[in-house]
Amino acid sequence: MSGNEAIAPTDERLKKEGFVARMMKRPELGAIAGVILVTIFFLITADPAMFTLSGVINFMTPAAQLGILAIGAALLMIGGEFDLSIGSMVAFAGLFFAAATVTFGLPLILAIPLTFLFAAAVGSLNGFIVIKSGLPSFIVTLAFLFILRGLSLVGLKVATGGSTQLRGVRDATEGDPLAPFFSGDAFGGSFAWLAENGWIDTFKNGTPKVPGLPVEIIWFVIIALLATWVLLRTPAGNWIFAAGGDTNAALNSGVPVRRIKISLFMVTACCAAMVAIITVMDAGSTDSRRGFQKEFEAIIAAVIGGCLLTGGYGSAIGAFFGSIIFGMVVIGLTYTDFDQDWFQVFLGGMLLIAVLFNNAIRKRVTGER
Amino acid sequence: MTQGTAPIVEMRNIEKHFGNIIALAGVSFDVKAGECHCLLGDNGAGKSTFIKTMSGVHKPTKGEIMFEGKEMDFSSPRDAMEAGIATVFQDLAMIPLMSVTRNFFMGREPTKGSGPFKRMDVERMNEITMTEMRTMGINLRAPDQAVGTLSGGERQTVAIARAVHFGAKILILDEPTSALGVRQTSNVLATIDKVRNQGIGVVFISHNVRHALAVGDRFTVLNRGKTLGTATRGEITPEQLQDMMAGGQEMATLEGSLGGTV
Repeated sequence: MSGNEAIAPTDERLKKEGFVARMMKRPELGAIAGVILVTIFFLITADPAMFTLSGVINFMTPAAQLGILAIGAALLMIGGEFDLSIGSMVAFAGLFFAAATVTFGLPLILAIPLTFLFAAAVGSLNGFIVIKSGLPSFIVTLAFLFILRGLSLVGLKVATGGSTQLRGVRDATEGDPLAPFFSGDAFGGSFAWLAENGWIDTFKNGTPKVPGLPVEIIWFVIIALLATWVLLRTPAGNWIFAAGGDTNAALNSGVPVRRIKISLFMVTACCAAMVAIITVMDAGSTDSRRGFQKEFEAIIAAVIGGCLLTGGYGSAIGAFFGSIIFGMVVIGLTYTDFDQDWFQVFLGGMLLIAVLFNNAIRKRVTGER
Repeated sequence: MTQGTAPIVEMRNIEKHFGNIIALAGVSFDVKAGECHCLLGDNGAGKSTFIKTMSGVHKPTKGEIMFEGKEMDFSSPRDAMEAGIATVFQDLAMIPLMSVTRNFFMGREPTKGSGPFKRMDVERMNEITMTEMRTMGINLRAPDQAVGTLSGGERQTVAIARAVHFGAKILILDEPTSALGVRQTSNVLATIDKVRNQGIGVVFISHNVRHALAVGDRFTVLNRGKTLGTATRGEITPEQLQDMMAGGQEMATLEGSLGGTV
């Protein structure tokens, strides 16, 4: 046998990694850099009002609504699958929720769990078909994009007798003890107190310009933290990375790949249901165009957040910042002199840069040359 | 080595048929604790079928497999793994994008806490990975280094270390050196030596006589689904092994025409 000294050398060709090099390997780096760049851009071009408290809340609200979807999409992408039906799922779950509260007059304590159960069932159907058929999830969920959108339209007409909008959610849910958790603003008291002390801007009559923190922002942060904890600190997180990284290797190591993937489809659908409940209660009605094209925006936010299209890599924190970039651009352009329609150009450009960047990162991580 | 003790696994006259194809036609093989038993054979000799039979993927058509003195009947590779028969296949069951630690514990993560706060014991996982890899002679830069950055030999070693850590009594290595360079090969062979010295029985499958002779205690040659006998270290020359693998005659003529370089 060759001597042991031959096998345990510290390789002289192995360079010590600096802090910067280590940070370069974090999946969320691109999104954080993006947030900084976009902030600088708007600091220069936009009206200073954008970065006051009310301005920030203004762009964080759409960011949060998208972000809840994007975090679900990111988890699923890390697990190696896509869901193109989440936008339609928002409409479908919105219809279910509105019908439950308005048509059937259920209290929120029943309507909300039922909506989640219903969404989870649809998600598991998606997952089950993908797993059983072995078809790419892209095509299966593309089918559901149309099926769910169509069902939402048909269902709305049945529920309303011909209209594509179902109203009356606000009246039906008013006074419900659970309503404050899913609509309106939180911490109103704290904001009023801050206003009294002159720490935040107020209107002339003394009421604060920002009455409270919109609940979706709180949910957005909670879901991002929860998803990050699951990914980085639990066995289930390890299985999600493994299932997306290499299904065969994961199976051979005893990872329950099918269970993980179907659960992820259910989680994604439940994220869509969450957005549906919040936005339907906010608007007081639901319509068939709710969540239109949100699936693409969510996937873009996840990709900007560092998710690889091939699975096995990404982060929920990345999707969190990806969604903030999104919100900043959508709302930020209204504070500038630019035409708002630049938004789509911006979005496509961001996506392209993110994908190129992620590809480079992946090569660094795997040591590919 | 510890010869003379009872074998951990003993396979007697194993036959395996796939329809009308006879993949294994009477194979006898055994492994003792702390030895490296090499199974040599050319392509198509039945090596893969043999490993899969031993690791519980296939059920033998005929013959019996004794595990620690008892007849065993594994219905899945999972059963065999839990009993202590670990197989490192050529794909290694590793995910390049994931860290060494995450790969090491994939599917068997240690946890702490309970209820909704049940989480991976990351510190312990990192510590075990670093220690186990150091024992095998690999100094990781950090436990969160991605497996993709490791060389082929290092990946092989991670797979071996993982199997050993999870209590393998028998370690089956499927051509661990076939795709490696010279230096990496010697690293893997050194790892095999270390594992053997821990009292684990190693089944080393190869078609490279030189690699086998470097670490093997015993050598069994498989040819056309049959074992051609087992030789102990020192009893046999590389040329004899090579001849047995290739089926003798033909190889001798071939080798002659190539000037004895094969």
